[in-house]
Amino acid sequence: MYTCSDLKKGLKILIDGEPHVIAQFDFTKPGKGQALYKCKLRNMLTGALFDRTYRSGESFEPANLVERDMQYLYQDDNGYVFMDQKTYDQTTIAEEVLGDDRYFLIDNMEVKVLMFGERGIGVTLPNFVNLRVTRSDPWVKGDTAAGNNKPATVESGYTLQVPSFVEEGTLIQIDTRTGEYVTRVKE
Amino acid sequence: MDFSVALARKQQTLMQRARILQAIRAFFIAAEFLEVETPQRLPGNAPELHIDAEPSGPWFLQTSPELCMKRLLAAGCPRLFQISRCWRQGERGRRHLPEFTLLEWYRGGADYHALMEDCRKLLSHLVPGGRLQWQGREIDLASEWQRLTVDEAFQRYAGCSCLEALKQDRFDQLLVETVEPCLGLETPTLLCDYPLPLGALARRKPDDPRWAERFELYVAGIELANGFSELCDPVEQVRRFAAEEEARRLAGKPPYPVPTRFLRELGQLKSAAGIALGIDRLVMLLTNQEDIAEVVAFTPEDL
Repeated sequence: MYTCSDLKKGLKILIDGEPHVIAQFDFTKPGKGQALYKCKLRNMLTGALFDRTYRSGESFEPANLVERDMQYLYQDDNGYVFMDQKTYDQTTIAEEVLGDDRYFLIDNMEVKVLMFGERGIGVTLPNFVNLRVTRSDPWVKGDTAAGNNKPATVESGYTLQVPSFVEEGTLIQIDTRTGEYVTRVKE
Repeated sequence: MDFSVALARKQQTLMQRARILQAIRAFFIAAEFLEVETPQRLPGNAPELHIDAEPSGPWFLQTSPELCMKRLLAAGCPRLFQISRCWRQGERGRRHLPEFTLLEWYRGGADYHALMEDCRKLLSHLVPGGRLQWQGREIDLASEWQRLTVDEAFQRYAGCSCLEALKQDRFDQLLVETVEPCLGLETPTLLCDYPLPLGALARRKPDDPRWAERFELYVAGIELANGFSELCDPVEQVRRFAAEEEARRLAGKPPYPVPTRFLRELGQLKSAAGIALGIDRLVMLLTNQEDIAEVVAFTPEDL
């Protein structure tokens, strides 16, 4: 069990039987009053974000989550399907739970799937993925507000800022932790 | 975060911090306050249900220098101040450090109104232009400061009486989440007259026994200082300490020995007023910093 003094950003706890992660945390306390632990929590099953304030004396059950090596197979109506290559167990993760990570999945990519019991609730991606630019308007000279960058959309539908010299059809590397452009990939 | 990168970023602020500390000392010395250094390791602190001291062998580190400073006051120092380190277990947030710097000053023969005036003069001394810029806000220190009783503030911002909130055990949460963000936005706010149970060392208001003569100073929503007309009645003080100790015992907190010498000497005081002001938060306000980590060289996480 955790107590209030264990609460911090990134801690995973069970609330009403469901795993939640602390997305933001702050400790507040009126000088002579009770300590208040303000949390912004994300439900790891639904992605829902909400605020909750705890007081000292409350306790929390840890959310026991394990990571499993899996391969990304395909997308269907329910979401994104992954398979354990040793046991052939499959799990589907809904689009809203994956969030922006879904844009960086490539068929047959090996990822770590975060499991809550038998249920996949998130992925750890490789730090870098290569995706092809499918749409990017030519850079308009004099558009100084954007500096030397312009928007581009890649094959997965993700849109990001790229340098002006990146053209449609170019394969680029993206940092999956920040979602930002890294470099052009030589082919 | 790399320590040297953080330090490079903080260097200017730390220079300002050192100048602010010098200016504070100059202010109090010019006003003929005696600067004192009292022991930081004590047999016990004044019991408070929600403040936990750091044990140090069989004793404790101070959570405030108040007991020793009031003994000096009772022994005949008319005006004194101290800038010292205090420790409070588990307090770490954007505006809290478990080890922090507290300024306390005391005046014999005075009440909390004199302290409010000291606060006004001190801030004017530290911000000669009278206008404080903090996180996109401008706070006017030169005009008359807003003054609200705790009950007025609760009625105005939380829509309920503060005594009602206290009864329902919602006082602290409403204060932090609803009331405090509205305080000290145009001018500093002096929040006065706390419900009596929230002023363990404060004197009862003579004309209305529901309230204690305690006030807090807020600037830009930040709780900066807490002062009161000191309770000088040893019998009443013994009773309040016992009640607070009992509440601590029920909450499973370590007992403090009864501060018998403090209680005995308190009887020599006719009237007095004392206040504690958080130096780290003051530096945050004066250097336009939003996070307390930016105004100290080391946070606990850097150790």
